[in-house]
Amino acid sequence: MDEKEYIARRVAKELNDGDVVNLGIGLPTMVANFLPEGIEITLQSENGFLGIGPAPEKGQEDPYLVNAGGIPVTINPGGAFFDSAESFVIIRGGHVDATVLGALEVDEKGNLANWMVPGKMVPGMGGAMDLVTGAKKVIVAMNHTAKGNHKILKECKLPLTAVHAVDLIITEMGVMEVTDKGLVLKEINPAFTVEDVQAATEAILIIAEDLRLIEI
Amino acid sequence: MKNKVISVQEAVNMIQDGMTIMVGGFLGCKNPYVIVDALVAKGVKDLTLIANDTSFPEIGIGKLIVNKQVKKLIASHIGTNKETGNQMNSGELEVELVPQGTLAERIRVAGAGLGGVLTPTGLGTIVAKGKDIITIDGKEYLLEKPLKADIALIVGAKVDKKGNVRYAKATRNFNPIMATAADIVIVEADQVVEVGEINPDDVITPGIFVNFIVDAGGIS
Repeated sequence: MDEKEYIARRVAKELNDGDVVNLGIGLPTMVANFLPEGIEITLQSENGFLGIGPAPEKGQEDPYLVNAGGIPVTINPGGAFFDSAESFVIIRGGHVDATVLGALEVDEKGNLANWMVPGKMVPGMGGAMDLVTGAKKVIVAMNHTAKGNHKILKECKLPLTAVHAVDLIITEMGVMEVTDKGLVLKEINPAFTVEDVQAATEAILIIAEDLRLIEI
Repeated sequence: MKNKVISVQEAVNMIQDGMTIMVGGFLGCKNPYVIVDALVAKGVKDLTLIANDTSFPEIGIGKLIVNKQVKKLIASHIGTNKETGNQMNSGELEVELVPQGTLAERIRVAGAGLGGVLTPTGLGTIVAKGKDIITIDGKEYLLEKPLKADIALIVGAKVDKKGNVRYAKATRNFNPIMATAADIVIVEADQVVEVGEINPDDVITPGIFVNFIVDAGGIS
């Protein structure tokens, strides 16, 4: 199984039956494919609807129905359309149970940077700042490092998306919870040692007393 | 009853150099393509454009950027149109990036006659730079100001001759709020119908907000 699928499968276990969830573009979108048996969630799309369904079959794409990445999608029975203001009433107002998104950097205080690299890449924040500010649970799902460089830091260096926003970081190496004391490594991929995970992390990890192996 | 249905040419004639326009749509899903294409053909310059994003270079308002008709852009996302970033980096285009929810709410409060938005979004980030932070019941909020335009260009699926708008699927996005926040509101309709043909239950933007209607269905 590739790393992205591994991460997506582990993230999926964080979601509860009935949750309203917003999934970011890329790896986070894959999470919907791996929901545990009996768990039904409602996916929210920033551009204005609830109930994102499976990808349309080829040739069946509807130009009036795309997700927040502009990709054609479908809407499930029981879904609903609304305008952008209401979409962010849902997001900012605390009506989204969990959001899953990627990061360029995340630090031990739960600060997140995922919207720009000055001078290189400035796509804009889109809905990310509102999502991480308003969602009840913010899960960062990403590769642990980028080309060997640390992404989980003592302090983010890139412009922030939000401060103290992240609750959980899930990578191919482990599951880390943001706490008042710092990052707690709660679960580890059996393919790695604690030392491996620490070496790949700039922030000092607190190892949970009941450290468990990731099960997916 | 005042006739609100006008030609595309009459619509773009109202849009002059240096105006501030708001355009509905989300990554090209969809913009008022017919009016925007006519605006590109007319070559109006120095526009201030308020929109969620700058679409793709070859779709809708993406063309206004490529054609260098925009002097200032206020948007939440520009990553799908490389030309926007290029012009921003070269200094040709002033870009104000606004969190999407804040953008929506700034437009909404302008239309609602309110003085601003108090939002937690952007606190502790560069978005907060130079802005007032106001504490309400012990919690901090950023003060974001209303956003108005001279002209809003919105897009509806079915519009009756009074200007009542029904939207289709995910094309609703910013259109209903933009319809409230501009001096002149022009809706591009996939289909124009007689008054009474849209069930009042289905009207999302009441016709009182709409000044003019361009019948795109009647053209294509």
